[in-house]
Amino acid sequence: MNRPLPRDPMVRSLIAQARNAQLSRRTLMGGAGLGAAALTLAACAPTGPAPAPSAAADGSATDKTLNWANWAAYIDEDDAGNYPTLAAFEQQTGITVSYDVAVDDNNTYYGKVKDQLALGQDVGADLVCLTDWMVGRLIRFGYVQKFDAAKIPNAKNLEPALQNPDFDPGRTMSLPWQGGFAGICWNKEKVPGGLASVADLWDPSLKGRVGVLSEMRDTIGLLMLENGVDISGDWGSDEFTNALDVFSKQVADGQIRNIKGNAYLEDLKSEDTLAAICWSGDITVINAEAGDKWEFAIPSAGGTLWNDNFVVPVGSTRKSNAEELINYYYQPEVAAEVAAWVNYITPVLGAQEAAMAIDPELAANQMIFPDEATLATAHIFRTLTGAEENEFGAAFQAVMLGS
Amino acid sequence: MAFSAFATTTQAVQAPKRTSRVALLLLLPGILYLALFFLVPLVALVITSLQAPAEFGDIGQFQNAFRWENYATVIGQYGAQILRSFFYAVLATVFALLFSYPLAYFIGVKARKWPLLQNLMLVMVIAPFFISFLLRTLAWKQLLSDESFVVTGLKALSLLAPDAHITGTPVAVVFGLTYNFIPFMTLPLYAALERLDTRYLEAGSDLYSTPFTTFRTVTVPLSMPGIVSGVLLTFIPAAGDYVNASREFLGGTGTTMIGNVIESNFLVSLNYPAAASLSIILMAVILVLVTAYVRRSGTEDLL
Repeated sequence: MNRPLPRDPMVRSLIAQARNAQLSRRTLMGGAGLGAAALTLAACAPTGPAPAPSAAADGSATDKTLNWANWAAYIDEDDAGNYPTLAAFEQQTGITVSYDVAVDDNNTYYGKVKDQLALGQDVGADLVCLTDWMVGRLIRFGYVQKFDAAKIPNAKNLEPALQNPDFDPGRTMSLPWQGGFAGICWNKEKVPGGLASVADLWDPSLKGRVGVLSEMRDTIGLLMLENGVDISGDWGSDEFTNALDVFSKQVADGQIRNIKGNAYLEDLKSEDTLAAICWSGDITVINAEAGDKWEFAIPSAGGTLWNDNFVVPVGSTRKSNAEELINYYYQPEVAAEVAAWVNYITPVLGAQEAAMAIDPELAANQMIFPDEATLATAHIFRTLTGAEENEFGAAFQAVMLGS
Repeated sequence: MAFSAFATTTQAVQAPKRTSRVALLLLLPGILYLALFFLVPLVALVITSLQAPAEFGDIGQFQNAFRWENYATVIGQYGAQILRSFFYAVLATVFALLFSYPLAYFIGVKARKWPLLQNLMLVMVIAPFFISFLLRTLAWKQLLSDESFVVTGLKALSLLAPDAHITGTPVAVVFGLTYNFIPFMTLPLYAALERLDTRYLEAGSDLYSTPFTTFRTVTVPLSMPGIVSGVLLTFIPAAGDYVNASREFLGGTGTTMIGNVIESNFLVSLNYPAAASLSIILMAVILVLVTAYVRRSGTEDLL
């Protein structure tokens, strides 16, 4: 600080002023006071485990509107961007539905709404479709409302295999919207021989050209199945660690090029990856978009099966309207119409027969209407406890972050 | 103060010595704004960073505590990513400076004779801002992908091993950082060089100094304010950037920067204390580095 002052008188005076303006003890105390005030304010923010919020009162009788948050490309859409089945529902019931493509990722959506959920406030959606494990978490925390079974009589059409998931036995708070398989896919031009099992992904010829999903339950699920573990059954951290070791070794060796969410499709298209762990419906879509170049298969050791489920968030005041909509989509004819567009598995019995009338080829597609034999090769990843979610999730993230 | 280096005040009027009530009143909105949107979040962040997992708690549930160990834990766990962030940021800053200086010099000094060219080149530096930088980064991902002409061309010239690739490597991430921050480096440099009095350069050569000596002893010192603000504007955001290094863009598992770690801990693992302590570490390290840099480059005299 003992440099000579510059010559310019204006600069000199400015420097002198700046030096005088240094913190005095009094201003410091003032600052501390403001800091303490901020601290008290910040302490108002909810922290720690709170008791489960209570459900909002239902005002559906007078309020004929409904907000539905869903994933992109997950409902039938016509060329004008309208949703034909939804329009028919609005006409039949007089309920105005605002369909919002607000869900891009389970984690980011949860991050967006969790504080309102914890306080039992409206999150801007009366009906949300989220994946099994996230629905399991919401149910555990008491963040969703119980359905009135009498208002959804069509729920009897639910596929029996999905009626008693471990996170919601008897389906009292959730009902599947669409489901899908995670399996393996490959570029037919570059890998003409095709792949049969997850182990084929580790072939030296594919070094640095394999992509896997950042969805832990699908990637680790397939690896555990390859190790001969029943992922729906009663497995523990040993089985998880074994699969994780395979995963981290392939990442460290450079066999696995990258770990991504929905963006893995871009890598397949740019041919950065020639083979990948992927979701069934996506491959139908990119084949239609970018030339018939990819093939999907459920690996020999089995694939994973997941569902996205309707839930009504705790702060919604339009539960009856939501139930009416669910009931509508559980009609086989309506479900078939949606399935024909989205290419995912519909959970509604009778939809396949209804689809026969629309398009027989579609009704025979195992990725949309799987038969018993196909379903037997797909397994649902069991629900994790809170402690396991923490432990396994952190271990999986550590591999993704390269630490 | 470090940040006054951003301001290039050449004209300043002696400020009144006494603070009047009106001045305080005028200051009030600014102070309230800072308190509400800077101080409160900062304090909340510090509190979060010291939280401990709730007893019998589920994922994402924490209670207030004074767990200083959180800091030690994240440094131990993510030390490599923290160091990597600053290493990449330094590389990107140096490359951006090496690229931008000649460019800014050309626009600001050489092109003075042709105002049209000068304006055109300035527009070309700024034009990329009109497109979202996410889109531009995604475009680079396509251009650098395995089957792109860039990579196949480099392989044909044997400049790249047959099984090598660019996306997902440090090369791609540092490239992306450099590319994205070049305008932030070029514009302050341009602003400084544009005011360079070329008569000083003529005087230098009149005194038999080589062009390099003139550049070193005249041009660089005169453009120092531009260099300092350019470096700060590039280095600070680059160190915390999480887009270029993200696995969804140009990075891979081996190029994770601190921003990606914070994002993953915050959104996916719901480990808020870890994310908060990493954010504070990032802030503290940047503050120390920037202060040291500003002191060393002698820009305090600019006060």
